[in-house]
Amino acid sequence: MTDTNSRPDNMRIVRRLLFTVAGMFAFGFALVPIYDVICDLTGFNGRTNNEQAAANVREVDTSRTVNVQFITRVNKGMPWDFEPEVTSVRVHPGETRVVNFLAHNLTRGDMVAQAIPSVAPGEAALYLNKTECFCFNQQPLKAGDDVAMPMQFYLDPDIPDHIHTLTLSYTLYDMTAHATPDVLALMQQPAD
Amino acid sequence: MSYAAGEADHNDHHHHAPSGITRWLFTTNHKDIGSLYLWFSFTMFLVGGAMAMVIRAELFQPGLQLVDPHFFNQMTTVHGLIMVFGAVMPAFTGLANWMIPMMIGAPDMALPRMNNWSFWILPFAFAILLGSLFMEGGGPAFGWTFYAPLSTTYSSDSTALFVFSVHIMGISSIMGAINVIVTIMNMRAPDMTYMKMPLFVWSWFITAFLLIAVMPVLAGAVTMVLTDKYFGTSFFDAAGGGDPVMFQHIFWFFGHPEVYIMILPAFGIVSAIIPAFSRKPLFGYASMVYATGAIAGLSFLVWAHHMFTTGMPVAAELFFMYCTMLISVPTGVKVFNWVATMWRGALSFETPMLFALAFVILFTIGGFSGLMLAITPVDFQYHDTYFVVAHFHYVLVTGAIFSIMAAAYYWLPKWTGHMYNETLGRWHFWLSLISVNVLFFPMHFAGLAGMPRRIPDYSLQFADINQIVSIGGFAFGLTQLLFLYIVIKCVRGGEKAEAKPWDGAEGLEWTVPSPAPYHTFETPPEVK
Repeated sequence: MTDTNSRPDNMRIVRRLLFTVAGMFAFGFALVPIYDVICDLTGFNGRTNNEQAAANVREVDTSRTVNVQFITRVNKGMPWDFEPEVTSVRVHPGETRVVNFLAHNLTRGDMVAQAIPSVAPGEAALYLNKTECFCFNQQPLKAGDDVAMPMQFYLDPDIPDHIHTLTLSYTLYDMTAHATPDVLALMQQPAD
Repeated sequence: MSYAAGEADHNDHHHHAPSGITRWLFTTNHKDIGSLYLWFSFTMFLVGGAMAMVIRAELFQPGLQLVDPHFFNQMTTVHGLIMVFGAVMPAFTGLANWMIPMMIGAPDMALPRMNNWSFWILPFAFAILLGSLFMEGGGPAFGWTFYAPLSTTYSSDSTALFVFSVHIMGISSIMGAINVIVTIMNMRAPDMTYMKMPLFVWSWFITAFLLIAVMPVLAGAVTMVLTDKYFGTSFFDAAGGGDPVMFQHIFWFFGHPEVYIMILPAFGIVSAIIPAFSRKPLFGYASMVYATGAIAGLSFLVWAHHMFTTGMPVAAELFFMYCTMLISVPTGVKVFNWVATMWRGALSFETPMLFALAFVILFTIGGFSGLMLAITPVDFQYHDTYFVVAHFHYVLVTGAIFSIMAAAYYWLPKWTGHMYNETLGRWHFWLSLISVNVLFFPMHFAGLAGMPRRIPDYSLQFADINQIVSIGGFAFGLTQLLFLYIVIKCVRGGEKAEAKPWDGAEGLEWTVPSPAPYHTFETPPEVK
């Protein structure tokens, strides 16, 4: 039997395989940041660049018009009304527009919400630039109050020709339990 | 456990062989552990099958008859989990334990004590999973794929038990895979080169690497579900910056290689049986090895074909569509090689060969419906319908499970020392063949007509087709009790089996007596 000389050899292979197992377990978690990076780079899954974009400095392309649609929904169990002022606007690439979204806290308690955007088709997500948006921050709203929240955007003039319509969807989540300190401070202030 | 009787007389070379239950609890013998795995797998097959019977009874008529929808969802979920992790995978591991050392001329598995562990944690995993069904709020009801947020926001309180049971199943599979790899790399008889190994050994070698690569990813996915549900993380929760679609990417990165884990050993079994009953060597041995490797490699590049409808960019859809279709090339190589092996062979049709032939034909049907599902534009119609259910049951039941039955009939004489009853074996085959097609073939039509899967009720126009399917299901389920009877009868007695009961069979396992002695190849055999 080759037992005596194969035994240390066994342990070497086992160590390598265990190392691979640990590596693949870590890889499973590494997929989370990798997924984020790929989504940001490709607009995969309609992920928009949710940071303030610089104001447009380029020409407005008046030869084209793109229909931008807005849809809103509240997450399950979120007791607010939330809807866009207009359901769609027609814009030229490069043209800056403002659209208001109306939120109404229907409850008797002060709450904090956060809107998460998504764009369809995902390819268009890369060309939608927001210079100002309520979705960058958490939104505090006192019991029974309503508010018009502005969103200012323009489409990058490089947006591919075959995109005629894009849909921007916002889902509103209850963030009262996860409110940031500055938002809480804002909510403590007496109403004017 | 009935093997105890047959093997007790061989125990005398083994000093202090414990008897009774402790023999099985403390065993480090690859044959004992193989038997434990196979009996465990068959038990789970019956438990998961009983759940399938509940599903088919509920679907026998439109409307809600027998169980409430939440319980129905638990049945579809746990049926899937048990059949994948409890029936098919342990059956293959059991076959690996029994056959790999005997096929490569090794005295045992390389890491026998770990082998004991990797089996004995499995009953605990499934006790936890089945126990969760009796908890308040019920067991897992989110489908075996446990998509977030179904498994996080909307799942029952017992989800932690599901997570831990999957962790244990994963650890067991990983330990089994490590053992297989170390055994094959270090324990081969001196002249058993890699390219002389039987294809069953080769296919398991590659399967073990797939297990090492993807079971840890599954462990990661269930861990993220656990922390999302109980510890406030937001991996899959958009409110906290996560993304539920990411769950599907991580799950299917595991899930697609997993389906090859459940079919590659089947390829190995069929590649042993068809040459034996064709009395010809396997056609294209080397191409079979490379095809198996190619299938395993490609399995990492196709995961998103399970999620075409999540709104991927067209370029990504095309990439995954073409990669998926590419897999049919090495798979086709295998099917053609099996057919070429039979070409002008002296064929005979004993039960193992019947199951192997049915495997080749019916697995290929499952492969073709897989090709249809791979076509992105039509997948939008087929997605989440009974067409998908028909597809994966063709590859897993008439594929994986038929191959396991073929393997059981093929090697039962070696394991027990007795021939099984050939007449009953053929009855089992023909009843299984007819009922399984009555069960799964009409599902294709139900799916194409738009019947969604995982729903306890359906529109009236699907009533006739579901009644036929359910009748096929009950018949297939009952037929498997005949298999249990045949196996027990064979273990207890029967015509004495020779060392090599199949005249065309090749391989080292046929050079030892039947039943195989408790210890084989303590001195390495000569390999031609």
